[in-house]
Amino acid sequence: MTRPEQHDVQALVGHGFSRLKAATYLLLRIADADPAQRWLATLPLTTVAEADARRGLQLALTASGLRALGVGDQLLQGFAAEFLAGMADPGRSRRLGDVDGNAPQGWSWGGNPDDEPHVLLALFARPGDLDDWQRELTTTATQRGLQVLTTLASAELDDREPFGFVDGISQPELDWDGTVRRTGELDPAYHQRIALGEFLLGYPNEYGQYTDRPLVEDPGADLPDTIDPDHAGAKDLGRNGTYLVFRHLAQDVRGFWRFLDRVADGDAARRQHLAELMVGRRLDGRPLAGLPDDFTFAGDPDGRLAPLGSHIRRANPRNGDLPPGNDGWLRRLLATFGFGHRQIRGDLVAASRFHRILRRGRDYGPQLSLPDALAPASAAEPERGLYFIGLNASLARQFEFVQGAWLASGRFDGREHESDPLVGTRDRGDALTAGAEFRFVDGGTRPQRLRDLPRFVQVRGGAYFFLPGIRAARHLLRARAQR
Amino acid sequence: MQPQGNFTIVARIRAGATDALRQLLASMNVRPGVVDPANAIVPFTRFPELHFARLVILVDRTADDLRAHGRQPPADPDLLAFLGDCDRSGAQLLDRLAVEAAPGLRRLFAFCEGFDADTDLRAWMQARSLRPAAAYVHYQGRTVVQAAQEAKLRRFLEDWLDANGGRSRSTTELHAAMQEAVAGAVAAGRLELAPLTPMPWSWRLGQTVHFVGGLLVALLSLPVLLLIAPLFLLFLRHREKTDPVVDLPAATDHVAALQTIEDHACTNQFTALGTVKPGWFRGLVLRASLLAVGFAARHVYGRGRLARVSTIHFARWVYLDGGRRLFFASNYDASLDSYMEDFINKVGFGLNLVFSNGIGYPRTRFLVLDGALHEQQFKRFIRRHQLPTEVYYNAHVGRTAVGMDVATAIRRGLEVRRPSPARAAAWLALFH
Repeated sequence: MTRPEQHDVQALVGHGFSRLKAATYLLLRIADADPAQRWLATLPLTTVAEADARRGLQLALTASGLRALGVGDQLLQGFAAEFLAGMADPGRSRRLGDVDGNAPQGWSWGGNPDDEPHVLLALFARPGDLDDWQRELTTTATQRGLQVLTTLASAELDDREPFGFVDGISQPELDWDGTVRRTGELDPAYHQRIALGEFLLGYPNEYGQYTDRPLVEDPGADLPDTIDPDHAGAKDLGRNGTYLVFRHLAQDVRGFWRFLDRVADGDAARRQHLAELMVGRRLDGRPLAGLPDDFTFAGDPDGRLAPLGSHIRRANPRNGDLPPGNDGWLRRLLATFGFGHRQIRGDLVAASRFHRILRRGRDYGPQLSLPDALAPASAAEPERGLYFIGLNASLARQFEFVQGAWLASGRFDGREHESDPLVGTRDRGDALTAGAEFRFVDGGTRPQRLRDLPRFVQVRGGAYFFLPGIRAARHLLRARAQR
Repeated sequence: MQPQGNFTIVARIRAGATDALRQLLASMNVRPGVVDPANAIVPFTRFPELHFARLVILVDRTADDLRAHGRQPPADPDLLAFLGDCDRSGAQLLDRLAVEAAPGLRRLFAFCEGFDADTDLRAWMQARSLRPAAAYVHYQGRTVVQAAQEAKLRRFLEDWLDANGGRSRSTTELHAAMQEAVAGAVAAGRLELAPLTPMPWSWRLGQTVHFVGGLLVALLSLPVLLLIAPLFLLFLRHREKTDPVVDLPAATDHVAALQTIEDHACTNQFTALGTVKPGWFRGLVLRASLLAVGFAARHVYGRGRLARVSTIHFARWVYLDGGRRLFFASNYDASLDSYMEDFINKVGFGLNLVFSNGIGYPRTRFLVLDGALHEQQFKRFIRRHQLPTEVYYNAHVGRTAVGMDVATAIRRGLEVRRPSPARAAAWLALFH
């Protein structure tokens, strides 16, 4: 396999700029396409190859952004249907849990065609270095045919998410060297190292295939050649690019801790214990089931350590393609026909490797210490939360699957009336994502349940972007000139 | 316990009447994708023995794919299909429908050929009933009533645990206390739990005869099968290498129409129609495959899963036009994307076995390998062949198949007398 051209890949794929503690996301709309694209094409985008960059600048485009740039229908049709339809599409909202109070109509951006962003510019810098640069970029942008839809400034990077948990611990490992070669064989084991094609278009994915992406039949185009043998000779506009999911999620930190304080009758240890059960990790990040790093949940099939519906168990069930314990050809064969497990729920969720995402988001808003969180909100309570950023090659199979089938679903793993304890929507009735309960075990055997969980996370906005490779970005930003 | 049956009525729609029929069907819904269960045409709620039902207009959107085999697609009439799964034989349910839903059904079938005001409704439906080539029931014997009672029992016990679980007790004491609480609620009329009777002896005898007979036939034909196996494989591999693959995107508006009626509750409908590859070979392979699938569904997988998939409530494969076309209908939990993922990652071999005999299917090896593992091709194939289900009735709205299995296991475990501590603990784990 060809080693990826790291000069052609935007740095966010490789890392989250963790040395640059300040970040701002500029969401822009294109008012005048000609000057806008000329200017955008001059921006020095940071690549994976520039590991020590003192500033990071990344560019991504929505489908409506591509249309505004004059990208033709034929090329657009090469992009994923989910990307073209957008995050706020109604059928999609039912699956993602963006209903009721989280419905796109109530978002502060991205929920309606006239407040949909076209361009995302992500700026990363050292805390003192960001403001001037950001101001300069914003001023120039507005002079060059762009409008600032909204400016989302992150909090200074630390290792805690707003609820107070150590975060960002577990990420899939990118296979830059191409050591993961899949041919469609079942793999009973769980791995952190995932095929590069799951996170970067134009490379083989976990099925050993190339995820759909736009190809260009123009030998003269300054784009990477495809390495996909089925399309030999074509130029690959997707290669070295990927899809970027942006979700603006407000977290009700007070609501979270005050709810737990109430159900724990003010018992501080119990309160923290319940919070840790909901997450599946301790506040300091250690997993409740197993040891740090490469753990799985195989040793905790009934959720006695980490509840079956806990957040990290939903977000990544850490399993292989078969239920655990099916080694040897005979057992594998039996398991293939459904005889590899005895419990009703032993084989509902499988094959995590097809549903991984790279998380590159950052928090926003002032931190709230636990004692403060227990006090009622002041009149001018500042908002806090997460700018969730996820990277994946297939929006449908990766982000939407994890969000819909695992997190938002009120029926995950045979459960009922229970969506994710942290991010669930809490709608009622028979909806796909209905669920305001949380089940766990205490003292080894006694089943317990929390009821009427409030909504702790509110969706404020969101969009699907394409994070192009460097050459692909230049190609797209020349779309009008070429017509 | 009571064996489940099904009915499948397929009738030709009068030329030019399809749009008007579609409007009438739409009037049975509260909004697209959500039926009014008490609607005037087919008042489903009057049939407490009915698990699922659907009305679909079968219009072959992929008929043109036959050209890939160098043949002209015939001009097939549009068809109306009326399907149901029930706690009695399909024929018995049709008897009831013909009486209790007569006015609505008459309005409906008036759009079909060979039906007018004087038609004997029951006989007309019987004449258009098709027997599925294979059918799957997630949990043989569990009735609609039983599922509803057990769902209530599960909620009752969860509420009881909230209120009374706090006192420290051993697992067996907890089990006994819960038994007592249920007995009290049943006595007070707050819970109803009809005793579980064994399946009727006639059904069990039929199953045994079918099972032994099937094995005998398989055993007797084994020498012949082994003899022709090399030739068969040669033939098969040749076909697999040369059969055309039709890999086209599903039309955006078609997918949008399908998505509009999906994901309104945790269970969805799936209906698909396609043409069998022309020639005797594929026809024969498909018949044999469906025979095997039907046999496995009937005798091996009647308790909670079809191979590794536990999200399908009921499914069936039905031949049209004497085997020229096949349609598939299922009721599954979660969204189509996760259903397709289950398909690909858990039962790809089973899908390949059957659907690779359909025109355009992704390339397979040795009938069961590859195929669906061409993930994106397979997903396009599925969406292209899928048809919007105009009316979909589900007696179990809000309940997944696995959720019902958990409730049944809770009920059965509750009725165990004096379980061991380990058994009581395993039973309590069902509430996790």
